[in-house]
Amino acid sequence: MKELIEYLRSRAETGLLDWNAQVEAAEKYSFTMARVEEMALKEGILPVRYLRNGSTISREQQFRLFQSSVAVVGCGGLGGYVIEELARLGVGRLTIIDYDFFEEHNLNRQLFSSMENLGQAKVSAAVKRVKKINPAVTVKIIEEKFDILKGLEMLSEAHVAADALDGISVRLELADVCDRLKIPLVHGAIAGWYGQVLTQLPGEKSLETLYRKSVVDTGKEKELGNLPFTPAIVASLQAAEICKVLLNQGSLLSGRVLHIDLLEMEFEEVPLSSIFT
Amino acid sequence: MQITVKLFATLRKGRFKVSSLELVPGTEVGQVADQLKIPREDLALIFVNGRDAELDHVLKEGDTLSLFPPVGGG
Repeated sequence: MKELIEYLRSRAETGLLDWNAQVEAAEKYSFTMARVEEMALKEGILPVRYLRNGSTISREQQFRLFQSSVAVVGCGGLGGYVIEELARLGVGRLTIIDYDFFEEHNLNRQLFSSMENLGQAKVSAAVKRVKKINPAVTVKIIEEKFDILKGLEMLSEAHVAADALDGISVRLELADVCDRLKIPLVHGAIAGWYGQVLTQLPGEKSLETLYRKSVVDTGKEKELGNLPFTPAIVASLQAAEICKVLLNQGSLLSGRVLHIDLLEMEFEEVPLSSIFT
Repeated sequence: MQITVKLFATLRKGRFKVSSLELVPGTEVGQVADQLKIPREDLALIFVNGRDAELDHVLKEGDTLSLFPPVGGG
């Protein structure tokens, strides 16, 4: 380990480590790419890929992100963008959960869908994509439907979960699991021009407030469909919330829901002062 | 009595964004939704003066009622 650190230091004279040096270090000392990156960050050596995270993410924070684990539940319209952004940001461990496979009607919006991978499992496409953009990220895929029974085990490693699911009842199950595990849940949902985002902290029961009055399991997306830009914007807001949760920074969308109307270009923040608070 | 109703997303279609309604005292939220011909399955979030409210909530003079449809796609 000492030799590895000395080697990394010798290869990072300006405090920056390029990818070739990371690969050579891994080969030379028989460590995984993840372990090499972790050791570098721990020593305050910054992989060049994170250079443009600039002063916004300090080196200590970059190390913290790399030690973090996020579960992305759902790998469709929202999940694809959330995973892409977290991998580029430098979140070290991702658990990706989805049972579905890509179909032609996903191509209008789902980032990881392509002509080449139609018929393939969404989680397989996701892990391939992450390995292409950031091989130091450790990805665990679970090709199963999320439910409340398996949920506790599925999310056992996560510091925070992203709700990128489809439908209403399964989201309530996810919210319940997160509450039991006492981890924050960053919720996003879309329908046509519309979207909503919030962060539910343990004990807040925000998703119950959002959905308990719904008498249907599918929202307006059933008739409105989903456009390319709505998941991109909602997922980006979710990724920003996840980043802040992990770094304990800024103000979260907790105790309030951000309702987005891209048709009228209105962003309405609604307080969730509910019967639970 | 007069209340203000704010509608969001698809609920605006064929209706309005914001409107003042003249109601008889004792009117409940659900009755306003019926009057506006908003089907039950189109209601997810109901706020009265920014607070989460139920369909049987009795409205008062000067209240602001905000209604949102369910959004659940991913």
